[in-house]
Amino acid sequence: MALLEIRNVTRRFGSFIAVNDVSLSIEAGEFFCLLGPSGCGKTTLLRMMAGFDAPDGGSVWLDGRDMTGVAPENRNLHTVFQSYALFPHMSVADNIGFPLKMAGIAPAEIKKRVDEALEDVSLTGMSSRYPNELSGGQRQRVAVARALINRPKLLLLDEPLAALDAKLKEHMQLELITLQKEVGIAFVYVTHDQQEALALAHRIAVMNHGRIEQLDEPSKIYSFPKNRFVADFIGTCNILEAEVAQTDSDRMRVRIPGLGEIVTLQTDDVQAGTRGVLALRPEQVAISAELTREQDRNHFGGKIFDFLYLGDVTVYVVELENGSRVEAMLPNSSPGRAKFFEPGDPVEISWRFDAGRFLTE
Amino acid sequence: MQGRRLHKWFISGPPLLYLTVFFAIPTLIMVLASIREPGDFGGLAPLLEQAEDGRRTLNLTLENYQRFFSDSLYAELFFKSFAYALLTTSLCLLIGYPLSLLIARSPKRHRDFLVLLVILPFWSNFLIRVYAWMIILGPQSVFTGALNQFLAWFGFEPVRLLFTPFAVIVGLVYVHLPFMVLPLYANLEKHDPALLDAAQDLGAGAWQRFVRITLPLSLPGVFAGAALVFIPAFGIFAIPDILGGTGGIMIGNVIKQQFLDTRDWPFGSVLSMVLTVVAVGLAGGAAWYARRARALA
Repeated sequence: MALLEIRNVTRRFGSFIAVNDVSLSIEAGEFFCLLGPSGCGKTTLLRMMAGFDAPDGGSVWLDGRDMTGVAPENRNLHTVFQSYALFPHMSVADNIGFPLKMAGIAPAEIKKRVDEALEDVSLTGMSSRYPNELSGGQRQRVAVARALINRPKLLLLDEPLAALDAKLKEHMQLELITLQKEVGIAFVYVTHDQQEALALAHRIAVMNHGRIEQLDEPSKIYSFPKNRFVADFIGTCNILEAEVAQTDSDRMRVRIPGLGEIVTLQTDDVQAGTRGVLALRPEQVAISAELTREQDRNHFGGKIFDFLYLGDVTVYVVELENGSRVEAMLPNSSPGRAKFFEPGDPVEISWRFDAGRFLTE
Repeated sequence: MQGRRLHKWFISGPPLLYLTVFFAIPTLIMVLASIREPGDFGGLAPLLEQAEDGRRTLNLTLENYQRFFSDSLYAELFFKSFAYALLTTSLCLLIGYPLSLLIARSPKRHRDFLVLLVILPFWSNFLIRVYAWMIILGPQSVFTGALNQFLAWFGFEPVRLLFTPFAVIVGLVYVHLPFMVLPLYANLEKHDPALLDAAQDLGAGAWQRFVRITLPLSLPGVFAGAALVFIPAFGIFAIPDILGGTGGIMIGNVIKQQFLDTRDWPFGSVLSMVLTVVAVGLAGGAAWYARRARALA
């Protein structure tokens, strides 16, 4: 039995449908990400899990119990808010001990457990500080410690790292992964940052317009996006208009208008004439100066339009003969090498037949 | 550096001048007046008196203070005024807190209108509003009539409302309520609603959320409102004058009498000084406590 089950949940605000018939289940001990652009319904869904909002249709089940009509204070799960929502008039120790105090636990026991929690999040010695005396990362740790102290079944995190700078964010991501493994409590993590979702989650639900577009493991979502939205939202993706020319048992030929035909993996439910797009990850695209004819690779000629030097990699924008542009990512493995090509250089791009994905929507 | 110093003086100059002219100097005059002798026909006796033999004496005395401390009547009046002011503050808090909370929690588009309703009474004159209460509480009024009818059903004697301590308290609460509501609302409106969500999420029921989150965070507003109600209520004379009758007088009435009726300026000054010292002491204490509470918020 799943720990948390969302059954056909719908939530409307006037005529706007924030969450549209969503069903998903979260297993105990899982790190689950709700990923999507702002306004996709992920925070509304989270608030319904916590009990701050009630579905207009469907139900939320926690640990085999229907949560309909159960107030947030009576649900065995806690939330880490985006703003952390630390109580400004309470010390770090009082903040972390708050859930225990509400549960009516004796002060001596609270103190003992708070001290342990402080140690767990490396805040020993900070117990008498007040939230306004802490750094962003420390506040985040206090918020997590406070939400975990009475060992809920489930922890909901609403973009908890959004307010931190890039360096600290990466550090806190690693901390969260370690912590989640240690405590073994299921995390439901809401974010609009696809890199964060890929880095943290065991499974990701990509949401758009109140619906789940795809629910899978990070590597599956990245490598096998189900549709154009997912391909575009997760990582960067080259999208080329395409039409199926000929299908085969495991491969098919796809026509790219103005360029010619390429080979790609067979996609279900398509036949000759089906229109769609070809999605191609920049790191799968190779660039070379000379024409190379290799087995199993698709080739197009073009010229360098521009490039972006990013340190570890350089992204080249190649203009193809039909005017469409394709990004190709080349690692800058050799030291001191800033770029390989200049704008205007004639080049050839190529990719393995199984790198490109034909998507119908 | 020169420009900044000039700038600082430019900003703080006018209020400093205002406070000097209208607060510091009058206070000094009062201090001086409180140790002088009363004049024969009111006012103050000359500071220097030349006797017939040509010797000049300085007319300064502590007798006025002695009089204050030797007659317990004045201490009792102070205590009574203190009790009235405290009761007024408590009632304003009791009525004003739920009201402020209600306004602060209503939809944003309604809030300004509700605040406008709170300050609406300021648009008419203070005395007119107090006189209106004289009519409302008067023996012929619909309100008093209905109340006495109601009491008669249960076999009680009819009561008189006007010219009683009850009328004074009603007037005091009515006049000072906005001074409690405005600072409280200003405080409550700024509370981050996420804090209440967090408290609820962590297991706090409605009462716990109020006691542990809303109330402690609103203490600076409570102290500001309490000071704004208590200090003027402590020294007020107009409301007991109009609504209190003979039994309802407060220390403010006695001070007014000393200056206008008895024409004993030095003793009036003594009473004023005591009032000021007590009020400033209380306000200072409240301000210190409020600042400490705010430092934590």
